[in-house]
Amino acid sequence: MKGKFLMVLALGIGVSIFSRPLFAHHGAAAYDMEKSVTLKGTVTKWLWANPHVVLQFDVTDDHGQVVQWSAETENPSSMVHYGYTKESMKPGDQVTVTVVPAKNGKPFGRIREVVLPNGQKLSGRGVQGDTRVDDIPKQ
Amino acid sequence: MRIRFVVPSVVLAALIISPLARPQTAPPRSGAVRDQDAAPAAPVDVDDWGHPVTPVRSDHKAAPAPRHDISGIWDPGIDPVRVLGVLGASAMPEDGKPEHELPYTPLGREALSHTKPTSGVRSVLPADTNDPVFYCDPQGMPREVLYELRATQILQTPQSMVFLYQFGKIWRVVWTDGRELPKDPEPRWFGYSVGKWEDDYTFVVQTSGIDERTWVDRAGRPHSRDLRVEERYHRVDHDHLELTVAINDPKMYTKPWVARDRLLFQLQKSDYDVREMLCSPADVAEYNKIFGNPVSGKDPQ
Repeated sequence: MKGKFLMVLALGIGVSIFSRPLFAHHGAAAYDMEKSVTLKGTVTKWLWANPHVVLQFDVTDDHGQVVQWSAETENPSSMVHYGYTKESMKPGDQVTVTVVPAKNGKPFGRIREVVLPNGQKLSGRGVQGDTRVDDIPKQ
Repeated sequence: MRIRFVVPSVVLAALIISPLARPQTAPPRSGAVRDQDAAPAAPVDVDDWGHPVTPVRSDHKAAPAPRHDISGIWDPGIDPVRVLGVLGASAMPEDGKPEHELPYTPLGREALSHTKPTSGVRSVLPADTNDPVFYCDPQGMPREVLYELRATQILQTPQSMVFLYQFGKIWRVVWTDGRELPKDPEPRWFGYSVGKWEDDYTFVVQTSGIDERTWVDRAGRPHSRDLRVEERYHRVDHDHLELTVAINDPKMYTKPWVARDRLLFQLQKSDYDVREMLCSPADVAEYNKIFGNPVSGKDPQ
């Protein structure tokens, strides 16, 4: 699929010495906690279930190649506190997603923020709202 | 996929500013982290019926505590480290700090080496964990009150105190009819529990006979069959309850240690509906297939 909305809009890797490690329910060992990547794509799946909610979305690169990304957050019981619901996203929605990428270089990540089609921003846990993660060791 | 990289200045600015915006943490007592210092509740907070959750507040004046009564629906909030225990026992998280090193016996340290948790300083990838809860085994005690402890309903009867937990939709009976703990019981996931009032506002529970397959906490702290758990529920006032949990297992630890230090619960309105939070093997399989295994570099199946 090609199209304006499927193009990678802003892909940023923010490597910052100021960043603090984030926490993940199943741990942060899989992630490069020093980085973040911002992608624009089309939702293909919004799995609202334990142990973790998972968002899958298609991203098209500069060469027109479609790559499926998968990004997780926390469990539904926690994410409702941050404004997420089972209806937050549906297949076909155009979203901009910022993730902490996987260390293994595959298109997986942990959600830092999702911008919905209506412009609403939902923050991933560990970035906003949980302000007591300072003591979490780097993994 | 070739991608263009930029460093968004907004992100950079946020990263610089964010540590300054964090609230200051009270200094720990004797190396322990006081659970009462939970972060404020998030703005969107309702139950599944749309009824508002009463956020945890320690700064308002409430009516005096009723005598010999801890019944009600209590919510401790969702602070990940200090309430949910994602790094292990919240008063002694496994964060690598010397003051949080537990007093392991040689046997305890050996047992610890066999647990593979997915968070803390010994964290492994999701596909490599042997955390029993990851595969939907029961948490058992004391992990039920040390990890993912959320809204809890307490029912008092003339013979018992019944605890209804959100995580796993677990119920647990603490007998108050004067019976003693069994001497050599068949181990159970949640052990055997008896409780009594220490004073008008403090209810103390002793638990033993706990199945050795359970972990003490999320960080994989081990226990033996000799584990004895003490829970102290102190009704501070009408609206607040504090929980302190102590671990005593001479085989694994050279001395007892405090796993929770006065975790503060807020009384909820009586129409508050405790949310369902179940470990479904089918959902876990789906998660591992589409995420847990591939992010760990393993075959999705």
